[in-house]
Order: sequence, then structure tokens, then C-alpha cells
Amino acid sequence: MTVFIIRRLMQAILVVFLMSVIVFFGVNVIGDPVHMLVSPDADQADIEATIRRLGLDRPIWEQYLLFVSGAAQGNLGNSFIFGEPALKLILHHMPATLELAFSALFLAVAVGVPLGLYAGLYPDSPLSKGIMAGSILGFSLPTFWVGLMLIMLFAVELGWLPSTGRGDTGHILGIETSLATRDGLSHVLLPAMNLALLKISLAIRLTRAGVREAMGQDYVKYARAKGLSTRRIVFVHVLKNIMIPVVTVMGLEFGSLIGFSVVTESIFAWPGMGKLLIDAILQLDRPVVVAYLMIIVLFFVLINLIVDILYSILDPRVRLRDQGA
Amino acid sequence: MSDVIAPETAAPAAKVETPFRRFVSEFFESRIATVALCVLGLIILLAVLAPWITPQNPYDLAQVDVLDGRLPPGSEAFAGYTMWLGSDGSGRDLYSAILYGLRISLSVGVASGIIALAIGMAIGLLAAYAGGRTENIIMRVVDLQLSFPAALVALMLVAILGKGIDKIILALVVAQWAYYARTVRGTALVERNKEYVEAAQCLGLSRLRVVFRHILPNCLAPLIVVGTVQTAHAISLEATLSFLGVGLPQTEPSLGVLIANGFEYMLSGRYWISVFPGLALLFTVVSINLVGDQLRDVLNPRLKK
Repeated sequence: MTVFIIRRLMQAILVVFLMSVIVFFGVNVIGDPVHMLVSPDADQADIEATIRRLGLDRPIWEQYLLFVSGAAQGNLGNSFIFGEPALKLILHHMPATLELAFSALFLAVAVGVPLGLYAGLYPDSPLSKGIMAGSILGFSLPTFWVGLMLIMLFAVELGWLPSTGRGDTGHILGIETSLATRDGLSHVLLPAMNLALLKISLAIRLTRAGVREAMGQDYVKYARAKGLSTRRIVFVHVLKNIMIPVVTVMGLEFGSLIGFSVVTESIFAWPGMGKLLIDAILQLDRPVVVAYLMIIVLFFVLINLIVDILYSILDPRVRLRDQGA
Repeated sequence: MSDVIAPETAAPAAKVETPFRRFVSEFFESRIATVALCVLGLIILLAVLAPWITPQNPYDLAQVDVLDGRLPPGSEAFAGYTMWLGSDGSGRDLYSAILYGLRISLSVGVASGIIALAIGMAIGLLAAYAGGRTENIIMRVVDLQLSFPAALVALMLVAILGKGIDKIILALVVAQWAYYARTVRGTALVERNKEYVEAAQCLGLSRLRVVFRHILPNCLAPLIVVGTVQTAHAISLEATLSFLGVGLPQTEPSLGVLIANGFEYMLSGRYWISVFPGLALLFTVVSINLVGDQLRDVLNPRLKK
């Protein structure tokens, strides 16, 4: 077990190292930030001063070493635009993204599971067929397009919900969040719906498949034979059993929610990490781009590591196969 | 493929039923899939014929009049034709712009799909046939990449590479090859242990010949299914990146770029500039997905009655 964890840990470190090389060299070899940052009428001395200030005159491998030693100390360089440490900037924007992702996850389970339950219990009813058709649409519609339609319908045509920004924030347990105020909640709703759509479809399909499988199992037949009401069988016995895989998968999808939030944040002008990334790409603010990519890689490597270890505890075969390889 | 399936079709039958005919008739059993295929065919036809069936080349500045800007659907252009879908912010006829945009979107999606398929297929076959350490390393890389969402991989790549049609195709290929590699390897592993491969090897055929002439044709069915779904995915991914402003530049206006251009007008109620290109994108992606779904049902022997 320990050997397995150590192997996986070393793999994870290797991945982070490789990604840091690819990301840093890629970003620094392509694109020239000097032209973006120095005003067109600056003279040669100004340009050289800027280059020296940003450390762009050093050889690229030296820049990389500086970057790595800085990264190890939690300093991923200063933003060219804001002049603040890039890492600080990203961490500052992280709560908004996490808040959005958690709201979306909550919506996905809260909307997807009941719909999937219905579709699984009454597979032949027209409503179920409608739900399944809707879930196919949910899978194939591009996220940004759905976001546009949500804005058009709820913000422009009906005027029910605001379409940009975070709204008023309040404090829950010392964390600043939009979920604490009415205004903030109304701001969260549209972007969270948008981000959740794909996961709602996923939750519907998982729940439906689980229900259909569970209804034929012995423990359901036994519960029926015992004379329990259908309501009790479905909501206590069946639901308990199918929630385990549903929750597991939805948890695993959390990483992809963070990834996709880039799109949703840009559409709804949500001040999170994703919008920061897009702005940084457009303004060639390389330290922020590099820092974001490194953090997201770290994030995913960490999630995968945890999942691998959890699986190996639950299913020893994974561990054994790995050692055999 | 025919030499492998031949024994089945040789069964005495009054009417010759080739595998292809059976496949076609099964495909058209689903009404939704038939409609989707027709819609897709129409979309491709419109895109191919765009220069001949549009009143305006939207990227020839001589033909665009700024005075025509932001006209609602059905207005008459200065040049005299009717703009059935309205015009965008710089006076381009939207109908023309959409057809030209479809050309770009479809070519980017299909090109990246074909390149990713070729690369993924070669790597997947290599993994399945080489086995051992090579297979281990390849599959580690594939697993690693698949643990990141494709959209995020593509976004990271364009963040590094920058804008441009070649860079987008590269980003989409890198984001998608692993899906093909996994599919091919999975199928090829099953096929490799079948008797016909053993027979081919006993005949003394070269390795390459066995892989490409015998194993590969039998891996095609799942590959086609993954290919259609991934192409739809590539088209919608390109549109997403272009919409975010990190995909194609304004000089290569795909559907995503058109939708992005209309976004600023949307809040003031000029819905058509974003909505119509969006609908074109929608019909394209959904019809490809529906066709892909039906292909999977027809080509997957496990689902056969």
C-alpha cells in the first residue's frame, strides 16, 4: 500500500514537473510581452529598462530556474498588468470560482437526481422520454450557447435575473460569498444553471440507470414482499443504494466544473479564476497564465491522486495490477 | 472488411444482402436519425455551395455597406436584396456570414478530427500490437491526458500557442487523439486474439500486413462512432474557444466568432446577430451527435436483437 502511494506520488510530481516545463517554455517562447506593455512612443532605454525589470533579458533556462525556485516559495512571478504577485491574484479570485462550482454541483444533484428517479421508475411515460431527450440535448449543446440563451431569456426578455457579476456579498463563517445575500443568490442562479447543465444530464442518466437496475434486485423484491409502501422502497431502500455511485461520479466531475467555469465566468462576467485567465491570455499577461495553468494542473493531479488512492483502498486489484506492470 | 464477414453473407438467400445494405437499412430504421442525417447533409451542402447561393461575400469589403448595420431580419439591404436573417454590427448579411462561417467551422472540426484519428489510430495500434513496456508507457500517457477534460487541454494549449487556424487545429488534435488511441487499442486487443489473426500469422504474412489489412478493418466500427462524436465535440470546442476570443481571429470568422460578435448587441435586444449563427451551430452539432448515436446502435453487435 505504502509502495503504491509512493509510486503514485512520484508519478504526480513528475507530471507537475513536465507540465511546468511545457507551460513555461511554451508561454515564453511564443508571444512577446514587451510590445504589449511598453507604449508605442517609448524610446529604446524605456524598453530596455522594462525588459530588465521583468527579467526578460536573461537566457530562457535561467528564467525557468527563477520561475521554479520562485514557485517552490509560493511566488509565481508578478502580473505584468496588475503588478501584484500572480499567485495572490489567482487565490484572490478562487473563492468566486469555487462558489460557482459548488452551486452548480448542488443544482446538478438537486435537479438531476429527482428527474432521473422519475425517468427510471416510469421509463415508458412520455415525461420520461422528454427528460431523456432533454438530457441528450444537455450533452450536445455547447455551454456558452446555453449561457447566451439563459441571458437572453431571463435577463433581457423577462428581466427576472441579473446577468453579470457577483452582486452583493455577505459573510458565512468568515468567508465572503454571494450565497449569503438575496441579491448575491439571484446573481449566482443563472451562471450556476449554465455550468450545471452538463452535470444535470449526467446525474439524470446515472440515476435512471441505477434505478432501473435496482428495481429488479432481490432486496427490492424482499421489501415489497414485506409489504412496504412503494414510497418507502424508492426513497429509503433504492435511493440509498444508487446515491453512492452518483455521488462518487459527481464528486469526480468537480474538477471538470472548475475547468468549464472558464466559459461560464466569461459569459456572465463572474469575477473568478477563469475570467482572470481569459483576460490574462488576451492581454498577454504571462505570469498569470502560467500561474493559472500550474495551479489547475496541480489541482487535477491532486484530485487524480486522491481518487487513485481511494480506489486502491476500495478495490485491491487496482493496486496489484499496478505492481505487476 | 468483406473477406472477413464473407462467411455470414454467403448464407443461402434469395436476395443478396451485403453487410453494407444491411447496415443502411438498419440505420434508416430510426426516424430521428434519418432526419438528423438529412439535416446534416443539407448543412454540408449549404456550406460547400456558400459562394454560389449567398447574395454577398461577407468578407469582400467592397460588397459590405456599414449603413446596413444591425438591420433586423427581413430588412432590405442597400444593394437591393432582402436580408432574411438581418445583418451584423458591420453591415454583413447574416445569412451569407453564417454559410461562410459554417465552411470554416466544419473544416476545422473535420480536419482536426481526421488528423487526431490518424494519430490516435497509429498510436493505439502500436500499443496493442507491441505490448509490454511500450504499451504501458503509451497507455499511461493516454490515461493521464484523459484525466483532464478535453476543453481544458485545448484551452491550455491555445493559452500557450495563441490564435490562428493552424494553432486551433493543433490544439484540438492534441486534446482529442487520446480518445481514438484508447478506442483503437481496446478493440485491437480483442481482435488480436481471434482466430483469423492467428490464421493470417500462420500464413506467414508480415506484421504490418496483419495489423493494417486484418486487424485495423475490424476496429473501424467503434472508430467511426468515436470519430463522429469527437468531430461534433471538436466543432463545439472550436466555437467555444472562438467565442472566448482565444480561438480563431476575426479574419477567420467561424460560427463561434460570429456569435461572439453578436454578444455585445444581445443585451440591447438585437438578438438575431448571435442567435442565428448559434442555431446553425446547434443544428450541426446535434445532428452529428444523433447520427453518431444511431451509428453506435447499428454497429455495436452487442445491442443487436
